[in-house]
Amino acid sequence: MKDTSHINPLENEAIYIFREVAAQFEKPVLLFSGGKDSITLVRLAQKAFWPAKIPFPLLHIDTGHNFPETIAFRDRLVEELGLELIVRNVQDAIDAGKVKEESGKYASRNSLQTTTLLDAIEEFKFDACIGGARRDEEKARAKERIFSVRDDFGQWDEKSQRPELFDMLNGQIELGQNVRVFPISNWTELDVWSYIEKENIEIPSIYFAHKRKVFLRDGLIWSHSDYVFQEEDEEVLERMVRFRTVGDMSCTAAVFSEAADIESVVQEIRDSVISERGARIDDKRSEAAMEKRKQQGYF
Amino acid sequence: MEVLKIATAGSVDDGKSTLIGRLLYDTKSLTTDKLEAIEKKSKQKGYDYLDFSLATDGLVAEREQGITIDVAHIYFSTAKKSYIIADTPGHVEYTRNMVTGASTSQAAIILIDARRGVVEQTNRHFFINNLLRIKEVIVAINKMDLVEFSQERYETIKSDFKQLMEKRDYQEQKITFIPVSALKGDNVVNRSESTPWYKGETLLEHLEGLDMEAVSNVGTPRFPVQYVIRPKTDDFHDFRGFAGKVYGGELSVGDTVVALPSQTKSRIKEIYFYDKKYHSASRRSSVTITLEDEINVSRGDMLVKEDDLPTIDKQFTATVSWMDAKELSVGNKYVVQHGVHKVLAKVATIHHKIYPDYSGIDDSASSLGMNDIAQVSFKLNKPIFFDAFKEHRTNGSFILIDTQSNNTVGAGFIN
Repeated sequence: MKDTSHINPLENEAIYIFREVAAQFEKPVLLFSGGKDSITLVRLAQKAFWPAKIPFPLLHIDTGHNFPETIAFRDRLVEELGLELIVRNVQDAIDAGKVKEESGKYASRNSLQTTTLLDAIEEFKFDACIGGARRDEEKARAKERIFSVRDDFGQWDEKSQRPELFDMLNGQIELGQNVRVFPISNWTELDVWSYIEKENIEIPSIYFAHKRKVFLRDGLIWSHSDYVFQEEDEEVLERMVRFRTVGDMSCTAAVFSEAADIESVVQEIRDSVISERGARIDDKRSEAAMEKRKQQGYF
Repeated sequence: MEVLKIATAGSVDDGKSTLIGRLLYDTKSLTTDKLEAIEKKSKQKGYDYLDFSLATDGLVAEREQGITIDVAHIYFSTAKKSYIIADTPGHVEYTRNMVTGASTSQAAIILIDARRGVVEQTNRHFFINNLLRIKEVIVAINKMDLVEFSQERYETIKSDFKQLMEKRDYQEQKITFIPVSALKGDNVVNRSESTPWYKGETLLEHLEGLDMEAVSNVGTPRFPVQYVIRPKTDDFHDFRGFAGKVYGGELSVGDTVVALPSQTKSRIKEIYFYDKKYHSASRRSSVTITLEDEINVSRGDMLVKEDDLPTIDKQFTATVSWMDAKELSVGNKYVVQHGVHKVLAKVATIHHKIYPDYSGIDDSASSLGMNDIAQVSFKLNKPIFFDAFKEHRTNGSFILIDTQSNNTVGAGFIN
């Protein structure tokens, strides 16, 4: 029996945001990628509503090019916590001719996720989609609100964003609009890792150093996989690596690392000099890459 | 871990983005890839120094115009504290962004170009930070390298600024002056050899030394109920938990509380954070409270201590900062969101507009346009439970929502 002053202010803030979502919206959903940020969201949601269950489902937009470790992890987590999981596949949108698969050396299904996401929002009439984006990830994300209103087309109008004052969150929307919600907006990569360590949260094994077949291109380390285009002269190497973000295999690069447990990962992040999204190939396309994708409805 | 939020204000070209970039660089918070991007861009533009402003100017539109047009959040940390900087623009037309950035901050940095000194914009920046009752203001007199690090110039600006201070409403606000060169790095993180006459702290030293309790606005305990948790499971069959964040002071098990608006009394039975029980809930913690009696409490209601009631009223007067292109006029209806409580409100009277440069008031105003600040009275359809803003920064503030567009169109600070 003591007081609550030791509790991390970021955790208090995230829990507050989750409760606002549950109170202000009819059909919220938590976008779950299997990455560390969305796993952290699940833990925070558990805390926000205990002893009740998390009052909304998880939605996974599956590119079909995931790391198999992530999918196995996802299914176990959902089972253990008794959560509802909805999966929608990018492959279905490709088969229906709604989107065209990219080709060539840098082909990725990452940007194709947007169509499937918008379709799922329409199918289930979700009015709030909770995501694990953080403002420290990327410059365009630094301007994102905690409650970010999207129009019928899922688009983000960065110039007419609602001001967010104090901690008052305005979730009033019209039918057809939806709000993207970012409870860990104010966390940094190190904050997330430290939280995972402190809370002893289980995360997929690919976040820890492991031996993997990789090849090098443009100074980045790519997975050798059926889903990733590889030139003939790009030699396959076997190296100790780990991943700092877990997106689609075709757009997630690894880093050389010996950090095989959470403690050494946190230490490595503390010492690290490359930003997390520095290993995301999709951002490298152009300086304004993220902002453009966001305007189109990307998370 | 302590988190300090800082609002920044400066006119265009005062070097605000550069100052933030410099803070990131000198605290080694810029990663290699970001630094490389800055080096590449600086070279492209033909600069012979690193343009740190490129670290923060986020949106394409801004890069094209070379100005910051919205609130951006920047993060860095030291061994002592985590910092969140709200980078807000200095343009006249963006008062709204400045108010927004300042509303969540405990400290503010106002930039002044040492060559230009105190300008009309400076008045406005100071006025807003004072209006929002930011406890700690740092006046960074920048570009000292361009005035040969002149102590005389620094002292002149300081005394000009002190004249503004006489007019301020919130006299207890603490103000610290620091001569800096963001571009060259003087007195930002590292002490400058060019200002031997300056004996004070560097900007970062000052921020590191701020006591979080002292800079936070503490009031009396207010517990607005956000959400009622009723698990209806076998293990928690009768559990009825009131989830919310504690504002002001602390609440403890055994405290007699009054639920508003019903004015029903009960006592705090348990305080939970997740599945753990605590004796007390500290300020700003997101807890779940159970009561000894079964009383009817729902979202928007408030639990307060019985000897410490807020004002319960269907009308109030407030300083309003208007943020929408559509004007506010007498008779207009809006939703007032006071914390997590929403009520309908009608504009009863516009008393007077306040010029945000301290130059006076306009008592003939019948409507408010974007960026106007004014004294406005409202009538509500239901009572709210409020304190004066100067006594309670959280329970004394509200936002206005347009009933048609649903946009947040204004912010208010209750008298």
